[in-house]
Parts: sequence; structure tokens; C-alpha cells
Amino acid sequence: MWNPTNKKLDLELVGFALIALLILVVLPLSVDAFRLNLVGKYLTYAFVAVGLVLCWGYTGILSLGQGVFFGLGGYCMAMFLKLEASSVANTKIQSTPGIPDFMDWNQLTELPFFWVPFKSLPFALFAVIAVPAIAAFILSFAMFKRRVGGVYFAIITQAVAAVLTILIIGRQGYTGGINGITDLRTLLGWDIRTDGAKYILYFVCCVLLLGSMFLARFVLSSKLGRLLVAIRDKEDRVRFSGYSVGDFKIFIFCLASAIAAVGGAMFSLQVGFMSPSFVGIVPSIEMVIFCAVGGRHSLVGAVIGTLIVNWAKTSFSETFPELWLFAMGGLFIAVVLAFPRGLAGLFTDQILPLIKRVGMRTGALPKPAPAE
Amino acid sequence: MFMGYSLGELGSIFAMQAFAGLILFSVFVLMALGLAIIFGQMGVINMAHGEFMILGAYMTYMTSHIFQTYIPGAYPVYFFVAMAVAFIVSGAAGLATEWLLIRHLYARPLDTLLATWGLSLIMQQAFRSIFGAREVGVELPQWMMGALPVTDVIEVQINGLFVMGLTLIITGAVALLLYRSRWGLQVRAVVANRTMSGAAGIDTRRVDRLTFGLGCGIAGIAGSAFTMIGSTGPTAGQLYIVDTFLVVVFGGAQSLLGTIFSAFTISQSQSTLEFFLTGSMAKVLTLLLVIGLLMLRPQGLFVLKVRR
Repeated sequence: MWNPTNKKLDLELVGFALIALLILVVLPLSVDAFRLNLVGKYLTYAFVAVGLVLCWGYTGILSLGQGVFFGLGGYCMAMFLKLEASSVANTKIQSTPGIPDFMDWNQLTELPFFWVPFKSLPFALFAVIAVPAIAAFILSFAMFKRRVGGVYFAIITQAVAAVLTILIIGRQGYTGGINGITDLRTLLGWDIRTDGAKYILYFVCCVLLLGSMFLARFVLSSKLGRLLVAIRDKEDRVRFSGYSVGDFKIFIFCLASAIAAVGGAMFSLQVGFMSPSFVGIVPSIEMVIFCAVGGRHSLVGAVIGTLIVNWAKTSFSETFPELWLFAMGGLFIAVVLAFPRGLAGLFTDQILPLIKRVGMRTGALPKPAPAE
Repeated sequence: MFMGYSLGELGSIFAMQAFAGLILFSVFVLMALGLAIIFGQMGVINMAHGEFMILGAYMTYMTSHIFQTYIPGAYPVYFFVAMAVAFIVSGAAGLATEWLLIRHLYARPLDTLLATWGLSLIMQQAFRSIFGAREVGVELPQWMMGALPVTDVIEVQINGLFVMGLTLIITGAVALLLYRSRWGLQVRAVVANRTMSGAAGIDTRRVDRLTFGLGCGIAGIAGSAFTMIGSTGPTAGQLYIVDTFLVVVFGGAQSLLGTIFSAFTISQSQSTLEFFLTGSMAKVLTLLLVIGLLMLRPQGLFVLKVRR
């Protein structure tokens, strides 16, 4: 399936450029601040979808627990912001000033030890990547070295998502419980709740997303990328050729998780809270469907799919909340049964030949193009 | 954690928790049985399994209503009718699912996972639209209420005993079907080597469909039993589904014995831990334990030794 001819790679670049145009120019000019913030929120999920293209689309590792890494990244960021928001001056009405409000409500009298380092921004930013990556490493090392794969791995990631959700909800003195970490205000004194700040954060998010896409593209178009496809299609044959399949799978899973975590951190910054409802089983599997709808083999498709599904979800659940679950379920089934390669596959298989037949030059394509 | 309890009290606590664990065990076994034979036979994880169970529970609820309104005299035995209805409806829904959905996806097991998840969303919303978002419960017949005193501090609930008995019967029936019937022989042949069974003249597609239907039917019975000990809501299936997956995966997919053994381990450790820790920590510890043990035995506790 993988055929990295120069022409196809150019198509992907055209797609990248069109996405950049869409999120950096068209959307900021055409929608109001509230809607733009919403788009920013969708784009944080697109990080997860890009990660899933790497580990699911190209390496064949289906993870139903990407919400765990999204959430860990988001919580690391939210912990820093929360500590800044609960300075002694802001929390002097509490019985213990200077600790987050939910800790005070749960009769904690001092900051738990694992919260203390999050007072420094450099550490928090480091932790945003490091904590999820280490968690992903432990999980994937234990699983892939023992050659647990396929459906088993999917079930175990799902169980991990369940464990983390239960843990966060159950230990509310340390984590904020089911409400999550709320009421985040400033980043080093810069108020992140104003419209101006949200604009800037939106652009930061866009740039980071495009950066992740280029990183993913770099990995996939390297020799390593070709090996990943080989692992997906015939794992045993790659192993017999002398490659350590487990190491490659561990690497790509950690990379995918780190990218998802960056999305989580941007989520906390843009939306102003983080809660277990973005960690558990249901959000994790929803993130898989974003990727599947766009096309699991296409970085461009995954981003577009995320935007479309989330936009549909918001507008559907505003008007017909009952219908949304039916539509979502139908979408799952339809994508899997009829379009396993998603919108991007539809584009390469149906629309591209049509355009070629009409005689347009491929360099001037009007729509985003997939990776394959 | 044992401070403050006398030896006798500790014994009673363990006995009571063990009994609570046995009820949980029965529910796990009933749910996992269907899932395990489907997974063992076709390598398909049915994410909508919990919803098939809830379908059975709602069928029981409806049957109990019909009995209450039209034939109140026969109410004490409504449950047996309800179980049959639940089995037939869930089984038929399972057959339809296999025909419409699953059979197109046998080559892509990960995709079945996603497609059946989509199905579970649709079923949940359908339950919510038809039966309402509130949880419903059935009224137990008189003979099933109350508890039997064993000693002066230990007593056991009759409905719990009933569910255990039911589990025993269903498990026995499945074992009998698998190891003594022609269908069971074909299933075991297909599990061992699909291609060779096909070559030997077994209609593997038909075996698949029957297995899927039977698995869903057993889920329906599980749902029926579930109404005896708890109330039913549209999303109740989700609560147990992760545990059930772990039971199946932990036990080793192709082994009936493994499923039962792992259901026993998971339910007992959970209910014993629950007494000493909070419920959520007990669950976390149990799940982590299972994940840890799976690293040691990636294919589950009981592995069928076949050449692939």
C-alpha cells in the first residue's frame, strides 16, 4: 500500500498547506472569538488523531486509551495553572491558604509531594511530555516485549483508561475528582481567559499541530516509516528479518502518546479546565473515530476528520441531542464497513481519478490530499 | 488493616465478602461465557455485549409487567418465562448482527471492535428512547426475597443463591453443548484450525453465526439474572464490560475453565479488597493486578496448545 513516490508526497504537502491556510487564515477571519475557541478545542483532539495515524494507521497498534495520554498532558499543565491560580493572596479565605480549593474542601492541609514540582513552569512543560511518554513506555514495554498485540492490547489500553478515570475520581483530594481541575486563570501572570489571550493560544495550538504533523510526516517518510508499515502488514516476517519489532512499536506508541499529551496541555490552556471526562473509555474511543472518519492512513485526513466530526457533534447535539448517539454509532459502523480508509481514502480512490480524467494538473488540487 | 477485629469477626467478614464476591462472580461468569465463546471461536471482541445483556434485562422487565397486569396468579414463575424471552430476543438480535455486520469484518478483528462499539451506542440510545433514561427494577416474587441465616452473624440472600444456581446450570449447559454436541465438536474444530475444518466439510460460516447468536443469547440470560440483584438503566452494560473483557482475556480466550477461574479470581479479590479499601481503590488494584499478571502470561491463564 505504501508507495512514496515524489508526486504523492507532494500531494500530502499540498494538503498540509491547505490545512495551514484553513486554520491560520480562513477560520480566524471568518468566525467569532467563541467559535474560534471551539475550533481550538477540536484542534487539540487532532493531536490525538495525528498520534493515532502513527500508531494505528501505520503500525497497526489500536489503542483505545489515548485519552489517558491526552489527559495526563492536560493534567500536568492544569496542575501548574491551578497552583498559580491558588496563590496565598487568591485563597486567603481557605482554612489553609495557598493550596488549590478542592484540596482545602477535602481537608488537606499541605500540598501533596507530587504537586510541589509543578510550581515551576519549565518542570510543568517538561512533565507535559515526559509523564505521558514514561507512562506509555512502561505500558508498551511490558506489552510489546511480551508480544501482546492486536485485540489484547486494545482491551488492556481500555482497562488502563478505566483505571486512571477511577483513580482520578476516587482520590478527589489530590486530583479534583469528577469535576477535574477548574478555574484556571493565569500563565505567569498573563490572563488566559481574555479573548486576546485565546487568540494567541489558538495560534500557538495551530503551530504546534502543524509541527506535530511535520514530525509525523518526517517519521513516516523515513526508513523507519516503511518498517512500521511492514510491521503492520507482516509482523512475523519483519521479526524474522532480524528487526526488534517490539522496540519499534514501543517507540511509535510513545511518540503517539507524547503528541496526544501536547494536545491535552493545549486543551487545558484554551478551555481553562481539565477533567476525567476527557480521560476515560468513551472519549478515548471517540478520538479513534475522529481518526477513522478522516482516514487512518492520512495525517491530513485525520485532522480534517476531527474537525468535521466535532463540528457535526456540536451542531447536532445543540439541535437534536437524541439523534447524535444514533448518528455517531452509524458513523462508526459506516466508516468501518464501507470506508475503512475514511474521507482521505474516498478522496484518493474516487475524486482524484475523476479530477485526473477531467484533465486538471495534480499540482493545483482544490482539496486536501492523503498521505498514501 | 486487620486491626480492631476479633478473629471470629474477621472470619464472618471474609465469609460475607466471599458471598458478595460469589454473586459478582456469577454475573461475571454469565457475561463472560458469551463473550468468551465468541472471542474464542472467531477472534471477535463484541463491544456491544453489555448492551445485549441489557436487552435481556429489559425483556425481563417487560415480561414481569405483562405477568403483573394480565396473569398475576402466575407471577411467582414469571422469571422462567422471562429468561426464555430474554434468550430468544437477544439471540435473535445477535444472529441479525452477525449477518448484517460481523461477517463482513472477519478479516479485520480491530475493526469489529469499532463497529460493535458503534452498535452499542445505537442500542444505548434506543433503550433510552424506548424505556426512558431512568433506571428500572423488577419486583421480585415473594419466594425470592429475604435471606437465609447460616450463623447468627452470617446470612445469605435468596436471590443471590438463585443467581448462583442459575450460573451453575447455564455453565453446565454450555459445557455440555461444547463437549458433547455435534455443534460443539464443530466449534472446537474451527477454533483449532479454521482452514482444515472447512476442508473437512464443516460449514464454518454457519458455525460462526450460531456461536455469535448463542453468545448473545447467553448475554440475554445474564441480563435477566442481573435484574434479580440490581436495577437496569440504558448504560448499565458499560459498567461491567471492561471487567468482562479482562475476565475473558485473563482466562485465556479458548478455555471455558480459564474463563470461570479468572472470573472467580477477579470477583473474589475485588470484593475482599472492597471491605478494607474504598470501592474505587479495590477496583483499581484488581485491574492493575490483572494487567500485571497478563504481562506474565500474555495469552491468558489457560492456553489452548494448537499449532497455527
